[in-house]
Amino acid sequence: MSEILLNVEGLRKYFSARKGLLGRVYIKAVEGVDLHLKKGEAISIVGESGCGKTTLGKTILRLYEPTGGKIIFDGKDITHLKSKELKWYRRETGLVQQDPFGALPPFMTVKGILEEPLIIHGVKDKAEREERIHKALEQVRLTPVEDFIRKYPHMLSGGQQQRLVMARAIILEPKLIIADEPVSMLDASVRIEILKLLRDLQRKYELSIIYITHDISTTRYFSERIYIMYAAHIIECADTKEILRNPLHPYTKALLNVIPDPDPSNRFTIKDVPSGEPPDLINPPPGCRFSPRCPSFMKGVCDAKEPVFLEVNKDHYVKCWLYEKTG
Amino acid sequence: MNRKHLDLKDFVMYYRTSRGEVKAVDNVSFSLNKGETVAVIGESGCGKSSLAKSLIRVLPRNISVYKGTVLLDGLNLMELDEKTFEKEIRWVKITYIPQAALNSLNPVIKIGDQMIEPLVIRNKTRKNEALQMAAKTLRSLGITEEFLYRYPFELSGGMRQRVIIAMSLMVKPELMLLDEPTSSLDVLTQANIMNLMKKIKEELKPSMIFITHDVSLSSELADKIAVMYAGQIVEFNTADKFYRDPAHPYSQKLMESVPTLRVDKNLDYIPGSPPSLLNPPKGCRFRERCPWRFEKCTEDPPLISLEKDFYVRCWLRAEG
Repeated sequence: MSEILLNVEGLRKYFSARKGLLGRVYIKAVEGVDLHLKKGEAISIVGESGCGKTTLGKTILRLYEPTGGKIIFDGKDITHLKSKELKWYRRETGLVQQDPFGALPPFMTVKGILEEPLIIHGVKDKAEREERIHKALEQVRLTPVEDFIRKYPHMLSGGQQQRLVMARAIILEPKLIIADEPVSMLDASVRIEILKLLRDLQRKYELSIIYITHDISTTRYFSERIYIMYAAHIIECADTKEILRNPLHPYTKALLNVIPDPDPSNRFTIKDVPSGEPPDLINPPPGCRFSPRCPSFMKGVCDAKEPVFLEVNKDHYVKCWLYEKTG
Repeated sequence: MNRKHLDLKDFVMYYRTSRGEVKAVDNVSFSLNKGETVAVIGESGCGKSSLAKSLIRVLPRNISVYKGTVLLDGLNLMELDEKTFEKEIRWVKITYIPQAALNSLNPVIKIGDQMIEPLVIRNKTRKNEALQMAAKTLRSLGITEEFLYRYPFELSGGMRQRVIIAMSLMVKPELMLLDEPTSSLDVLTQANIMNLMKKIKEELKPSMIFITHDVSLSSELADKIAVMYAGQIVEFNTADKFYRDPAHPYSQKLMESVPTLRVDKNLDYIPGSPPSLLNPPKGCRFRERCPWRFEKCTEDPPLISLEKDFYVRCWLRAEG
């Protein structure tokens, strides 16, 4: 169980953008990210829109070329492999996107959508392909299979579409699935259905899952560890239970504090919300990136130097100057 | 007996499509005291947005049935003709705050000019005076007045939503319709907007209809809850009771699917999907998915009143 499947070290991804006539600036979407994932483990990456969490996911999948750092998958360094050498890696990984309808080609049937990856990855025997399509559909509970196999994406409900996307992600029996906001466009009840299915698949087939989300309340139920991301940095990481019970970073604290549970007394309380907005990733503030909004801001410290990632409790890391001495 | 501020009775809005009639709002009745907020909770496609749009009378062109009683302070809005409604109700007494604030602001007009439009056109307020009022309103929502001279694209999502709220407050509305006001915003920005709405509720005391799919979020504002399913209100309850002990089977199952951050619970989902609003089935519309269904459920359940401000559309609660 404790075997490491994925190890990411100091990963960076910059995008260049044009500015003015000749100028060029870099949007630093992911900076210095370290993370690891064990076989059969589910982790969450939590952050607000624009913090770089989607870019991080896509860079790990090598849909983007990393600017720097290292990605080690199953003991092999895949950071700079060429696209031809990456074919096996594509087979080992799968992606579940946010908008299922946008992720499915509207002109292909369910069967066509699921058959394509099998053909590309050299499953030549037609009967075997059919069998694997059936199996995948059963795994995501699109049953009876015969009812679905000839349908087009628009004939399915949102939840069914997302299950089809999942079937496509798992049909090559990958080791790693990255689920990027897989449920944020679905209704409350369907959300839980999809997440439970993902959790079942993870446990049954020892899949490793990176669940990328802005919704920290679902992570409690669907992942073992959480990484909190803010402005291109990972700022805190720990076991799910530990982080929810004992958040350390002021940003994590703020995030947990503002999320409501259904309780009628909520309507009488005004919550503490840090002012301002997340920084621009072209010119991030010096020092800690949360410092301009931080309630525990220390002048001359937080705005002077970038904090280091410290292990404060066992396996509980935080990137914040407040904890410098305890570490 | 004190009069209700808003009183809906058998409110109906259907529209016609090539495939038949869509029963988007089907016999909705509830009432609200002055200064109270009702949260309308439901999944996408249950008709909750149609309800808000029908109340402010922004109707689809293919409307087929639009009837019922809507009493605002005793005045039946349904009897007003369009001209009177435009002059005296829409964006005068009732304002509407939509979901995607970017699409609701005109991209080529400065914020200030958009904000003062209703006052200048309707009330013939002088432009300078109106701009001063706009500046004051923006300041009260934490936006400096220099933004009066900016264009919408220069503002962040949270600020745009605040501008819309400010526009709404300019006319001192009696009733505010909030249609998923924070659903495209980030968590912290959402909390900011909810804080703001609480302050408005406390200080200006408008009545509000807060439409949302997010059960947890609804508790930030709601005094009353209306649960909507397939075009109908299936439960109306006070917030204090609803979150602890929801009554309708749909409400109960919905609550089970809400993840909580602070306490562990067994999450569950509702199998199946809601019926189409094109020719919804006779009888209880939740029947197919309900774990407690019985023979009676094939007949239309009445809205059964159990206590003051508490009624349920379910045969399980019928007596005898």
